[in-house]
Amino acid sequence: MRQGLAGGLPSPVEGEGKGPPPPRRRSWVGVVRPLAPRRRIVLTILSFLLPILAWSAVSYLPFLWHPLVEVSDPGDVAWIQPGMRLPAAAFAEEVESARAANTAPPVGTPANPVYLPAPHEVAIALWTSLTAAPTQRDAIRLPWSLWHSIQIIFWGFLLSSIVGVPLGILCGAQATLARITEPVIEFVRYMPAPAFGALMVAILGIYDGPKIAIIVIGTFFQQVLVIANTTRRIDPLLIEAALTLGARNLRLIRRVIVPAMLPQLYRDQRILLGWAWTYLIVAELIGTSSGITFFITQQARYQHFENVYAAILIIGLVGSITDIVLALIGRRLFPYDRSEA
Amino acid sequence: MSAGPVVPPTGACDYRTQGEPVRARFSKLKGREVALRVEKLTKTFRTADGGVTVALKDIDLVTHRREFLCVVGPSGCGKSTFVRILAGLETATSGVVSVEGVPVSGPGADRGMVFQGYTLFPWLSVLRNVAFGLEENGTPRREAEREARQWLALIGLEAFAASYPHQLSGGMKQRVAIARALATRPRILLMDEPFSALDTQSRARMQAYLIEIWKKIDITIVFITHDLDEAVHLADRILVLSAHPGEVAELIEVPVPRPRSHDQALGPEFRATRARLDALIHPPKDEAEEAVAPDVVTRMTSAGDEVE
Repeated sequence: MRQGLAGGLPSPVEGEGKGPPPPRRRSWVGVVRPLAPRRRIVLTILSFLLPILAWSAVSYLPFLWHPLVEVSDPGDVAWIQPGMRLPAAAFAEEVESARAANTAPPVGTPANPVYLPAPHEVAIALWTSLTAAPTQRDAIRLPWSLWHSIQIIFWGFLLSSIVGVPLGILCGAQATLARITEPVIEFVRYMPAPAFGALMVAILGIYDGPKIAIIVIGTFFQQVLVIANTTRRIDPLLIEAALTLGARNLRLIRRVIVPAMLPQLYRDQRILLGWAWTYLIVAELIGTSSGITFFITQQARYQHFENVYAAILIIGLVGSITDIVLALIGRRLFPYDRSEA
Repeated sequence: MSAGPVVPPTGACDYRTQGEPVRARFSKLKGREVALRVEKLTKTFRTADGGVTVALKDIDLVTHRREFLCVVGPSGCGKSTFVRILAGLETATSGVVSVEGVPVSGPGADRGMVFQGYTLFPWLSVLRNVAFGLEENGTPRREAEREARQWLALIGLEAFAASYPHQLSGGMKQRVAIARALATRPRILLMDEPFSALDTQSRARMQAYLIEIWKKIDITIVFITHDLDEAVHLADRILVLSAHPGEVAELIEVPVPRPRSHDQALGPEFRATRARLDALIHPPKDEAEEAVAPDVVTRMTSAGDEVE
């Protein structure tokens, strides 16, 4: 009895007896739910472990990559020095010609280019650069240069925040003020902060002044826009409720708008602080080189690439640790905030 | 008030027939001073394509002190806009709203408001939420908190003074919101579908709470709802708005005697009022159009496999 069925409409009754239904396909993409704690920890460790394993494989397995040969004994070849790294083909050619001429052939082991040190070399460099005195006369110590960099970041970020945060909040809370400031800020935001370097040196001299200024320029304009947007995303009902209860103007900002946005403001500041670190490297090349960037460029000039990697890793560590600590503090500060910190 | 053209036959009882106690109540109510006066209130919006939408048109209304007024209407009739204009959160295009003779311009502590969503400040404890309005109106913090504690006692939530809003159930949050709105001693309490997010049981309990509060405090309540039973259960008078444009369709005096109970929903006065509201809000013409005919949906099951 199929009367009433429209022409092209498939009927599940008709589908019966036509063999097994096609297998249901599982979707790997969907609404993201938190992982089980164990799985979370394992995956976190893996996310660090996998790149390190790849790096170790390339460094320690002679058949992987290793395009060069590090010479341990030059034999009778005059122009080769012990410790030199030659392309594998050139080395093989020298061995061939030495054999043909019946002279002692050079001896060496497969090696990677000098710019890719092995993990253990970087680990040793990390430890010695943090603890031991530098080997070169004019070299500076890593902790000292790092401390200098942190100070630059701190002052740059603080100065930017003192103006940027209140201005952002006011822009978010007041349409007229927003319209008269945000278009020009939006415009300036696209000018790369390092482009102001020479100008800043002319105005502020060659020492720390222009470096802090670059951090401020790089942070401030983003900061105003990001925080104004965060302010605009406050639930309007909260503000309306406060208005009906008699809150006005600055009291409204202080007692409702700021507390309502504080958890997100805190997250914004954490992200902006991360951006400030990216401006640091350019800032430190301006005027007299200083801080961790000076350490990196100096070590690169000496071809001590294990020190270069150590310094870069340290920047990553300082950044991550700061962020984790700030996230933990944030969870304590805003127990009522439900979104993921 | 003249009968509209769509009065359905209500059987034994007309919603305009009032028993003696109800009539006495209404004459006492109308003898009180005017709390809220709305004259020729009109609100138009400019739409994106340059046109003009009339949300509210020439609304006139007078409520007396300690009246419980419900506002109902089909969706899109502008009842939310109406209460937001009363609160001062939106401005009227023309017309005057005055509270005890004073014209309204912007939000003020003489009108408390309870919203549909939860609007407690999540960073403040329950006690400080209730004290918020008092502090904003110049009461020192210590005194505001002492007073707030009394309001919490009134709604039976003293035990939760130190809790934070996210630790409360939906009904408790709305009770605190009511206490917070009342703490500044407003003349009028505006409520915009305050219980519509609650489940049926909590809603019935909240209605009972609200009536208790209303009986004990000198307050006039303007209560927006889309639940017609709720309107009949709570209100002295019901303002019925029509949609497109939002106009006063009728101002109904509810003939159900007080004190109210949910058993009265089966009584003749309640059913007559409810029938009148249905007739106003869902005119019979629309009803016929929206009815689901049996052959609208194509059958896709075998004969003999019927579920009903």
